Amino acid sequence: MNNYQKWVAFDTILRRELRRFMRIWPQTLLPPVITIILYFVIFGQLIGARIGTMSGLPYIQFVAPGLIMMSVITNSYSNVVSSFFGSKFQRNIEELLVSPTPNWIILLGYVAGGMCRGLGVGAIVTVLSLYFADFSIHSLPITIAIVLMTSLMFSLAGLINAIFAASFDDISIIPTFVLTPLTYLGGVFYSIDLLSDFWRNLSMINPVLYMVNAFRYGIAGITDINIFWSFGMVGLFSMVLFFSALRLLENGSRLRS
Amino acid sequence: MVTLTKRLPHHQIWMKHLNSKKQPALSIKNLTKVYDDSFQALKGIDLDVAQGDFFALLGPNGAGKSTTIGIICSLVRKTSGSVTIFGHDIDEDFSTAKQYVGVVPQEFNFNQFEKPIDILVAQAGYFGIVAKVALERAEKYLKQLGLWERRNDLSRNLSGGMKRRLMIARALIHEPRLLVLDEPTAGVDIELRRSMWEFLKEINQQGTTIILTTHYLEEAESLCRNIAIIDHGTIVKNTSIKALLKQLNRETFIFDTRQELSSCPVITDYPVTLVDNHSIEIEVLKTQSINEVFVALSDQNIDVISMRNKSNRLEELFFDMVEKNLSAKTVGQNDE
Repeated sequence: MNNYQKWVAFDTILRRELRRFMRIWPQTLLPPVITIILYFVIFGQLIGARIGTMSGLPYIQFVAPGLIMMSVITNSYSNVVSSFFGSKFQRNIEELLVSPTPNWIILLGYVAGGMCRGLGVGAIVTVLSLYFADFSIHSLPITIAIVLMTSLMFSLAGLINAIFAASFDDISIIPTFVLTPLTYLGGVFYSIDLLSDFWRNLSMINPVLYMVNAFRYGIAGITDINIFWSFGMVGLFSMVLFFSALRLLENGSRLRS
Repeated sequence: MVTLTKRLPHHQIWMKHLNSKKQPALSIKNLTKVYDDSFQALKGIDLDVAQGDFFALLGPNGAGKSTTIGIICSLVRKTSGSVTIFGHDIDEDFSTAKQYVGVVPQEFNFNQFEKPIDILVAQAGYFGIVAKVALERAEKYLKQLGLWERRNDLSRNLSGGMKRRLMIARALIHEPRLLVLDEPTAGVDIELRRSMWEFLKEINQQGTTIILTTHYLEEAESLCRNIAIIDHGTIVKNTSIKALLKQLNRETFIFDTRQELSSCPVITDYPVTLVDNHSIEIEVLKTQSINEVFVALSDQNIDVISMRNKSNRLEELFFDMVEKNLSAKTVGQNDE
């Protein structure tokens, strides 16, 4: 395959992914938007009004970046995991496996699809959050860079989950028992300064904490941790996940007999 | 000097073309496959399929046919051995090798929630074919296979026969030189099966090499020129259909009689079996004459109103070979 043919193959996978989640928008786009609106109403306006400020910001402005990041994370992950596992389950992944499309193109295609949904839902949630909270962007490059890297990282994680999954239970276990606790304990709703030393130190091993704080820094200019650490951690995790996913595809693990 | 340097590449291209004509479409050398559960599906098979051939791969369930096909189209990882497609090794030059192969699997393996037209265009895209060309080809193959009117329906709403034809169209969308079909007419009604045969014959005449596995031995006999019989992971026969049929030294005929038969007639040297009151089965060796049978029946005042082969000729041979292979294995096991 020459480079142009590789581009055509990538474009085909990406378009197919976009068509898939747009076709089932009541399942893919609407629920996260409704969920995030409920978060804004409950945590931002009803409870948030009684909380007052967090790290010097009105509570609703504090939680808004976290909620946007949460929607990016969950949607990037769930798009790839459900799409790739669905292809495995229906065996139409074989359409790709019998083709000359290189594995890294398959990887990039699915990950790009996951990022499109994650970033798309993130953009919708950002627009909606403007109705609930006033905020300006502190640093646009940092905001864009961290949201792109986070979406990339969780799309890759979703792909690995899908490769290993043998049943629909397997694709819900990680989001339910790993992703949700990490997100809820990742500084979305509170500053880790409120925690005791033990819990604060424990929180430092949670990668979501770094992403949420870097994103909050990009928007509001405040962070609990050094954002260079954040970029370093996300970059490192993304690289490890990328090469792990590529290796799994190259080996044909759980895809070829 | 300029002329010389220009001539050399042309000469090389011509030689390459000449060599590529000689190369088999598929060459399998000492191919083995051991699955994770230690089941050895292939025990070192060798197989060459010539360019332009219509080749049948026959064998009972679990013989290793689908494993062989899976390895050719890289859905199954081989344990050892080599597979080359038009001279391109599937490991060393996988990109070119894959461009040459189109595969129609046994099971439906497309997204049931997509439209046939989208499935074909996407498949073409995976082979690097741009959407404009893919749409033209999709129209051509969907029309040829009678699916054009259903191109925008959800695939899950297609009938079984339509789904099978959709998989054939998908396998052809990148115009492969080698088409591999794993039981393409399983579960397809007779009329549709015949029309699929015609379609396959046509694309074979246009130059596409076809390898077919099937349970319908009549299908192999009517379509294919060469045949390999695989059983327990080994090739037990690899020859032409004609040569194979020559090995058949007996045929069983069914005679329908006008009179009601109260007992089984006896014909010297010809084993006769009474099927029912109006029909008998008679085995005839190639060295014998069927005229003798008619004469013998006539002598016994039995009028024959019709006559037919009991079963497909190839089927008889196939069972003979598989049974022989099985007996040989049983003897071998007993020896151990």
